[in-house]
Amino acid sequence: MTQAPARTDILATAREQVLERGEGLSEAQVLEVLQLDDDRLEDLLALAHDVRMKWCGPEVEVEGIISLKTGGCPEDCHFCSQSGLFQSPVRAAWLDIPSLVEAAKQTAKSGATEFCIVAAVRGPDARLMAQVAAGVEAIRNEVDIQVACSLGMLNQEQVDQLAAMGVHRYNHNLETARSHFPNVVTTHSWEERWDTLRMVREAGMEVCCGGILGMGETLEQRAEFSANLAELEPDEVPLNFLNPRPGTPFGDLEVLPASEALKSVAAFRLALPRTILRFAGGREITLGDLGAKKGILGGINAVIVGNYLTTLGRPAEQDLDLLGELQMPIKALNDTI
Amino acid sequence: MTSSVAMDEQYNPYTGRRVVEGHDDVVPTAAQLGLEPPRFCEQCGRRMVVQVSPDGWWAKCSRHGVIDSADLERR
Repeated sequence: MTQAPARTDILATAREQVLERGEGLSEAQVLEVLQLDDDRLEDLLALAHDVRMKWCGPEVEVEGIISLKTGGCPEDCHFCSQSGLFQSPVRAAWLDIPSLVEAAKQTAKSGATEFCIVAAVRGPDARLMAQVAAGVEAIRNEVDIQVACSLGMLNQEQVDQLAAMGVHRYNHNLETARSHFPNVVTTHSWEERWDTLRMVREAGMEVCCGGILGMGETLEQRAEFSANLAELEPDEVPLNFLNPRPGTPFGDLEVLPASEALKSVAAFRLALPRTILRFAGGREITLGDLGAKKGILGGINAVIVGNYLTTLGRPAEQDLDLLGELQMPIKALNDTI
Repeated sequence: MTSSVAMDEQYNPYTGRRVVEGHDDVVPTAAQLGLEPPRFCEQCGRRMVVQVSPDGWWAKCSRHGVIDSADLERR
């Protein structure tokens, strides 16, 4: 009887491939990581942290976000309380320019270098583009912070307009694996999102693209998503965890177990060794305080501080105190990670 | 004819349901953790317009006006 050859431990492989050579894990390798037993979690997080420190450094990029236009969205993203197609308690609202500037000032005070203006739309119309242009100009005149935008799908003219305004990064999440996307959104396609991202990159803006974990995807699809992102090579990947919103089709889904969320954080770091990997929405309900610390020591090198678009987060001071405790400096304006 | 709301009626700010003594309403987990701004007016149960900002929120009821997290000294 012949014995099957011993399988190389995936963490040993990752140490050599990702940590030493800076080459991200493949989809199949990420799947192996996601399938690790929980008793390997600490080793996995430690390796992801080493990878982050070696290829990104100790700095943490801090960002604040604001909803410029809330609710009433015509799209049916099943996780989103801002869709006008669901019986969600979130009502439509527009933010005025003085309030937008004030929010940017609040964000800058926390030490953040990024401020992202978000609108719940399929894509911006002329009214929204005018509001964004006025808002970006007002912020640039009064606040020392970099401005990012997230306004849905864009056409080439809008991409060019945003680049000309000085928007340095554009967020547009692919949200989930290509194979799972039709279970999450039916009113537009994954490919339409990809097209916007391609135009954003070609216009010279930084690409911010991530998604939400815990939307019913399989581990295989989570690994597929990491490979989709690796192919895109975004400058930043925000990782959200589903916070089930009342009235949405995903309102009754279970919150992702903390160990699974942390394994995913580390796995995405091993797939994307050089990207800015940001803790985003849902981390409070999924991970709690202890989990947040473990995530920052498990591959994360950026955070959204304070509140989110329609929900509340930890007070910014808690995250900033944690970064201080961990001796992780906040990235200064105009530094690169 | 408009219906009047009794002065002592109260509504759950997270579900909009009327608070009835002895009948606990299910409060969403995120609200229990302090991660949710109010969505419904506590005085009349109307859905409010809510704006969240990086360090606070305000919520406006068309009948009962605006409440601001800064005034409530809570997030």
